[in-house]
Amino acid sequence: MKQKRKKIDYAKWGYLFILPFFVCFFIFSFIPLIDTIRYSFFEYYRSGIKEIGPNFIGLANYISLIGSDMLKYAGNTLILWVIGFIPQIVIALLLASWFVDARLKIRGTQFFKVVIYLPNLIMASAFAMLFFTMFSTNGPINSILMNLGWISERIDFLGSVFGTRTLVGLMNFLMWFGNTTIMLMAAIMGISPDIFEASEIDGCNSVHRFFYITLPLIRPILAYTLITSIIGGLQMFDVPQILTNGQGTPDRTSMTLIMFLNSHLKSKNYGMAGALSVYLFIVSGILCFFVYRMTNDNDPDGSKAAAKRAKKQRRK
Amino acid sequence: MKSKMGNTFRTVFAHVVLIFLSFLCLFFFYILFVNATRSHADLQKGFSALPGSYLLQNLKNVANDGTFPMIRGILNSLIVSGCSAAICTYFSALTAYGLYAYDFKVKKVAFTFIMAILVMPTQVTAMGFLRLITNMGMYDSLLPLIIPSIASPAVFYFMYSYLQSSLPLSLIEAARIDGSGEFHTFNRIVIPIMKPAIAVQAIFTFVGCWNNYFVPALVIQSKDKMTVPILIATLRGADFMSFDMGKIYMMIMVAIVPIILVYLLLSKFIIAGVTLGGVKE
Repeated sequence: MKQKRKKIDYAKWGYLFILPFFVCFFIFSFIPLIDTIRYSFFEYYRSGIKEIGPNFIGLANYISLIGSDMLKYAGNTLILWVIGFIPQIVIALLLASWFVDARLKIRGTQFFKVVIYLPNLIMASAFAMLFFTMFSTNGPINSILMNLGWISERIDFLGSVFGTRTLVGLMNFLMWFGNTTIMLMAAIMGISPDIFEASEIDGCNSVHRFFYITLPLIRPILAYTLITSIIGGLQMFDVPQILTNGQGTPDRTSMTLIMFLNSHLKSKNYGMAGALSVYLFIVSGILCFFVYRMTNDNDPDGSKAAAKRAKKQRRK
Repeated sequence: MKSKMGNTFRTVFAHVVLIFLSFLCLFFFYILFVNATRSHADLQKGFSALPGSYLLQNLKNVANDGTFPMIRGILNSLIVSGCSAAICTYFSALTAYGLYAYDFKVKKVAFTFIMAILVMPTQVTAMGFLRLITNMGMYDSLLPLIIPSIASPAVFYFMYSYLQSSLPLSLIEAARIDGSGEFHTFNRIVIPIMKPAIAVQAIFTFVGCWNNYFVPALVIQSKDKMTVPILIATLRGADFMSFDMGKIYMMIMVAIVPIILVYLLLSKFIIAGVTLGGVKE
């Protein structure tokens, strides 16, 4: 009897301890979310100093967004993400497998790890500003190339679609490949050495080992990296914003979704910003669901499900 | 014999690739450093690989520039990042402890909920957030950059995993028997045990806040409250070509050097911390 009363007493502390988190979340995330969703159904913007609305207009904001350049910006975001992600994952896989391979005898592993992780901590906006000054027509990159005699006249890197997109991709690659390498390294080191030894006795060479053992065994972490990277890519803002001064130049081909949202927020077009946020919310909600499944799954590599299926078939 | 040759070749190849990538990472910072040490007139002449002697002059120019209050900006950034790191780690640890050590009805629901919002981007609620803080009278102040970090699902998850691996529940029982109050137990026993986790997360939260640009750019208006990333952004927006280039390179350098210094001091610790927050295996 006494024991029971005590337990109820402790539960109170549990509630008390998690209270700040939930209160804070409720005020600063949940109320804003509801507010955002609510205003997405309203005509509510500022033209000059006059405020128009809020007038209820149903789904008109959503429909006019589909008709506007939103899909183009979504495409831009996807392209910019892919340009950065593909080299990132390839290089990271390569480096991670090298770092853990004892027979390669890589010297200064710690030094290389420190260096490749460094760009991840650099302020993205300062990094973008640095790239902007360096790759401008009067910048050091152009003068280095001229001095080397590789080019005869200055290149306007930021004036071409290809140049701008490549630069954004390069920056994203530089900022994230170290992080991914370290994540994948931990994953590969988690594989039991027995498996590698067994494969070696069976005459497996390094290429086979990589494709038939390492890669399948780190699949859960690869998937996790992929999805968190997609979510990060969806939020891409700092680098293209600073590099192009928020214009997405040339001809808005490097404008991302969040830059589009930012320009609506800056011009106080709350209705449109709300509708755009709801679209983003839905997409990221779907992605969050996948991450949730992965972090909570006790069957991350699908082996249990496979075993169940096999059992079922046997029963038949 | 053949495989030994192959291994030697692979070793050489791996080193070449690694050196190339490291060069790529460091090259830009080297250019930044060299250009920050040269005067505007020097920079106009073209690039030189050796540093100049204008470092202190550029630094002085940056410090005395009234239109870009860099020192004020660094101070603001330090306040925001420091406070955020402190309250974020403390309350995340508190939440994690509350869900780990106690049994109560909504425990499971609360945990599932936090896991569901683990990677939700803050940008989707930005519009409502902006309106909310305007109504609360917190527009153009540093508070809305600090307080919301109490609710950081990712830090919570890290703390929770750490508690699972390093805090035996029997220890809490023992503290109770010794007559320690619940809050006292948390502050005096649990927090010291969680020190390594708190340190790692404090660093990452600090760096994240220091580099954050999206939310501050929406919230902050007046010059004396701007954080470093906004100052860098206004630099980009200004009439760029009429500027002293040496000063611009210096400003970029001032923005990133503090983080680089911290990183070089704690690199081992930070790199080890990267993987701890990853997926459970």
